[in-house]
Amino acid sequence: MSTDTVSNATSTPDVEQPWAELGLKPDEYQRIRDILGRRPTSCELAMYSVMWSEHCSYKSSKVHLKRFGEIPQETPAGKMLAGIGENAGVIDIGEGYAVTFKVESHNHPSYVEPYQGAATGVGGIVRDIIAMGARPVAVMDPLRFGPLDAPDTKRVLPGIVSGVGGYGNSLGLPNIGGEVVFDPTYLGNPLVNALCIGVMRHEDLHLANATGVGNQMILYGAKTGGDGIGGVSVLASETFAEGGPTKRPAVQVGDPFMEKLLIECTLELFAAHVVEGIQDLGGGGLSCATSELASAGDGGMRVSLDKVPLRDASLSPEEILMSESQERMMACVTPENVEAFLKICEKWDVQADVIGEVTDTGRLEIDWHGERVVDVLPETVAHEGPVYNRPYERPSWQDELQADGAEKLPRASSGAELRDTLLKLVASPNLCDKSWVTDQYDRYVLGNSVLAQPEDSGMIRVDETSGLGVAVSTDCNGRFAKLDPYTGAKLALAESFRNVATTGARPVAVTDCLNFGSPEDPAVMWQFTEAIRGLVDGCKELGIPVTGGNVSFYNQTGETAILPTPVVGVLGVIDDVTRRTPIGFTAEMEGHQLYLLGETEEELSGSEWAHVVHGHLGGRPPAVDLAAEQQLADILINASRDGLIDAAHDVSDGGVAQTLVESALRGGVGARVWAPDGLDPFLFLFAESAGRAVVAVPRTEEVRFTDMCTARRFPHAKIGVITGDTLDVQDQFELPLTELREAWTATLPAVLN
Amino acid sequence: MKIGVVTFPGSLDDADARRAAAVAGAEAVALWHGDEDLHGVDAVVLPGGFSYGDYLRAGAISRFAPVMETIIKRAGEGMPVLGICNGFQVLCESHLLPGALIKNHHRKFVCKDQALRIENNSTAWTSDYDANHEITIVLKNQDGSFVADEATLDRLEGEGRVVARYLGNPNGSYRDIAGITNERGNVVGLMPHPEHAVETLTGPTTDGLGFFTSVLKAVVPS
Repeated sequence: MSTDTVSNATSTPDVEQPWAELGLKPDEYQRIRDILGRRPTSCELAMYSVMWSEHCSYKSSKVHLKRFGEIPQETPAGKMLAGIGENAGVIDIGEGYAVTFKVESHNHPSYVEPYQGAATGVGGIVRDIIAMGARPVAVMDPLRFGPLDAPDTKRVLPGIVSGVGGYGNSLGLPNIGGEVVFDPTYLGNPLVNALCIGVMRHEDLHLANATGVGNQMILYGAKTGGDGIGGVSVLASETFAEGGPTKRPAVQVGDPFMEKLLIECTLELFAAHVVEGIQDLGGGGLSCATSELASAGDGGMRVSLDKVPLRDASLSPEEILMSESQERMMACVTPENVEAFLKICEKWDVQADVIGEVTDTGRLEIDWHGERVVDVLPETVAHEGPVYNRPYERPSWQDELQADGAEKLPRASSGAELRDTLLKLVASPNLCDKSWVTDQYDRYVLGNSVLAQPEDSGMIRVDETSGLGVAVSTDCNGRFAKLDPYTGAKLALAESFRNVATTGARPVAVTDCLNFGSPEDPAVMWQFTEAIRGLVDGCKELGIPVTGGNVSFYNQTGETAILPTPVVGVLGVIDDVTRRTPIGFTAEMEGHQLYLLGETEEELSGSEWAHVVHGHLGGRPPAVDLAAEQQLADILINASRDGLIDAAHDVSDGGVAQTLVESALRGGVGARVWAPDGLDPFLFLFAESAGRAVVAVPRTEEVRFTDMCTARRFPHAKIGVITGDTLDVQDQFELPLTELREAWTATLPAVLN
Repeated sequence: MKIGVVTFPGSLDDADARRAAAVAGAEAVALWHGDEDLHGVDAVVLPGGFSYGDYLRAGAISRFAPVMETIIKRAGEGMPVLGICNGFQVLCESHLLPGALIKNHHRKFVCKDQALRIENNSTAWTSDYDANHEITIVLKNQDGSFVADEATLDRLEGEGRVVARYLGNPNGSYRDIAGITNERGNVVGLMPHPEHAVETLTGPTTDGLGFFTSVLKAVVPS
C-alpha cells in the first residue's frame, strides 16, 4: 500500500475513509475536513480520531469540568505551582518541597485483560508524575468489582490485583492504601483507578512544552510496538456490547523493568539540566505527545516518523502514531545538550533517538521516509476537538428511589440479634479484611511509609530530618452517589478529607477520578453534572482546590450503568510524621477513654447494613455538613499535634461497630463500650452519619481533650474504654476478638484461594 | 567502617539498605553494577529488587555484572557480603551460596511482617543476636521459596549454616529456611528484609538492625 501523503490527500478528495471505525462521528469527520480545507491523510485521520476521543478530548465533560476553575487556586499549605491541564497538579508543601499527585482510571483495559490493564494503569500514572520532575514516592489503587461470589470476579480480581502488584512492586513504589469495593453494577465494568504521589524541590518543576526553534525532540524508553492501538478511542470511549468482539489488541502491555529504568534515567536527566520540556506517552501515544508538546510551545514541530524505533518493523505510520506502547517519554532538548542527554540514557540502557525538532512554522509536520504525511495546526488536534453539551435530565426513577428509605426496614433489637448483625457485617465483602489483596503489594520499599493500609490514610515521610510528610486517602461510596449524586460527591470528599485529618495531617488539595456510565444517557449525564456541582461546592466550602484528575465514561454494559463513582483523593500535609495518629487500640492504650465525635442520626439509607442484611438501596444518603467536617478535622489535627489522642479512626461504612472492630483488631486490644445517653444501640452501632470519628484519649489528657471539644461546641460523647480481649457492648453482647478476627479474615481467602 | 550497597538496573531497596547501614553507624557507599571498583568498602550488601526485571531467572543476569567479579573474589578472601532477597538470588546464581530460590508455592507476591528464628549467631552479619533469637522483620517476595537437594540441605543443617528459619512458612521454602551462610560465615543470603526494620516509625520493629550492627564488629582482613 502506498503512503497517503498530504499532496495525495489534496488530489484525491473523494477517497472513502474509515472514520467511523476509528470512533469518529459524521459531523466530527466533516469538521476535520473543514479545518484542513481538504480530506485528512490517513495519518492525520488517525491522530484526530485518537485526540478527539472522549478519553483524550473530554468532549462530553469539558463544559462541566471548567467549573473546577471557580475554586480558588490556593491551598491551606501554600500556592499551587501547577494546576489542571498539566500532567499533574503541583502543590507547595513548605521547606522548599513540592508534591504532585493524581488519580486516573484504567477501567476498560482491565476488564478485557485484567493483569496488563491494571499494570499499565499504574505505569501511566507514574509517568505523569515523573514528567513533572518529581520522584514518585507512593501509589494507591481504588478498585471496584462485581459481587465477590460472581464467577467473573474470580477472573477479574486476581488478575487486576496481581497486575497492580506486579507492576508497582517492580518499580519499587510502596502501595499505601486505596479501596476494594464490591457491587453488582461493577460486574461487567470493574473500576481500576490508580493514584501516584511524587515529591520534588520547587526548582525541579518541569512543564510539558516544546519551545525554542532548533531544539531537538528526543523519544526515549521502550520501542514502539503494535500494542494498544486505538486504546483511547476504540476501547475507553465506547460501551462494551454484549456478545461483541473482545478488544484485546487495544490493550497495552507493560514492562515495569523498563519503567524503573525510565524513572531513574529521567530524574538523572532533570538533575543534569539537559531537558527543556517533557511529556510521557500514555493514552494517544505519539499523536498526543507531539500535538500537545507542539501546541504548548511557541513554534511548530517537525517529526520524522521513520526514525521511531520499532519493535515490529511492519507497523504502518498510522499505527505508529496511534500505538500506546508503554514506557515511552518525549523530551525537548537544546542541540548542545543532546549528547549529554543520550549519554545518560545509555548509562541506564534506555534507547533514545532524535526524531524531530522545534520549528518556527507553527505547524506540526510529520514525514514518513521523506514524504509529508501530516501537516496540521497542532492545537486543532490537541485542544480544538468537538465540545458537546450533552443533554442531561434528572431520571424519572430518582424520586421513587429516594422515597424508598432503608429507615423503615426491620432492624435487630435484642443483644443476640445485634451480635449476629455485627458478625454478618464484619464478614461481608465490603467490610472484611482486605489483606488478601494488600499483602500482594509492597508497602515498605523506600523506607518512608509511616502509615499504610488498613490505616485511614497512607502517610509518607518526605524529609527524614524535619519529619515533614504527606498523607493521602481515596474514598467514594457509590451507593450514596446513586441516591443523590450531589450529596454523594460531597460525602466522598468529606470522607477522604476526614480520613486524612484523622491521621493528623491537614488536608490541602483534591484529585478526582470521575467514573460514570455513558454520557449519551441523559440520566448518567445528570449524575455527572450533579457530582461536579457537589465537588465544586464542597471544595469551595473546605477551601481546598482540585489539582487534577480524570473522567472515565462509558462504564456500562448494555443499559446498566455503574453506580456513579466520583472517587475523591485528598492530600494532606503533616509537619512532623512522628505525631501521626494510627487507628489501632494497642496494649499501651489499655484504660484509654473512647470518645465518639460528631452527631449520630437515624441515617441508614445506602448503608452497608441495608446492603448486606436487606439487599436494599433506596432513600436519601446521610446529610453532609462540611463546616462540621472542618471543625472535626481541626480537633483531630490539634489533638494529634498536642498529644491528646493516641488512636483515632473515622466512622464510615458499617458505622461505629465497624470502626471499633477495625481498631481493636488492628492493635489487638478490645474495648468495653456503651451507646451514649438517648441513642438507640442499633443506630449507635450501624448508622452511617457523616462527620464522625472515634478517638482514644489517655486518662491524663481527658480534661484537656473534652475542654477543647466543649470550647469549639463540637459534639462529643464518652462511649467506652480500651480494655481486654473482647468487644463488649454493655447490656447487649460481648464478642471475643478471636471470633471477630476469624469472621473478618475468612471471607476473601474462602472465595479467592 | 564502610558498607557498600550495589545498585543493579532494577534494584529497589538500595536506598533502604544504605539508610540501614547509616542508622547502624556505618558509612554507606553506593556501588554501581558496571563499576568493578569497590571504592574501599569493608563489606557489601546486595539489595532487594527485581534486577534486570527478573528476566531469565531472578539474579541470573546480575551475577555477570562487572562489580560481581570483584565481590566474588573479595568474598573468597573473607569480606562480609549480605544478599537480601534479590541479593540472595544473585548470591545463589553466583555460586557463593548453594541452592536456589523459586516462585512462592502459592504463586503470589507476598508482603508481610514475618517472624524468624536466628539459628546461627556466629556469622559476620548475625553476631549481635542471641542464639535462637526470635525476630520479626519484613518479608516481601515473588520468588522466595528456597530449594536445594536433600544432600545439600542435610549438609547445611549439619554444618550449622542455616542462619534463619521462618516461624510459619510463608513461601514453601524447604525446611523453613529463610537464610543461609557459606562455610566461612562471611557470606549470608537472607530472603526477608532486615533493612525495612530499623526504625519504629516506618518498620514493624527495629529487629533488623542487628544485621548491620553485627558486621561493624566483624574482623575485616586487609
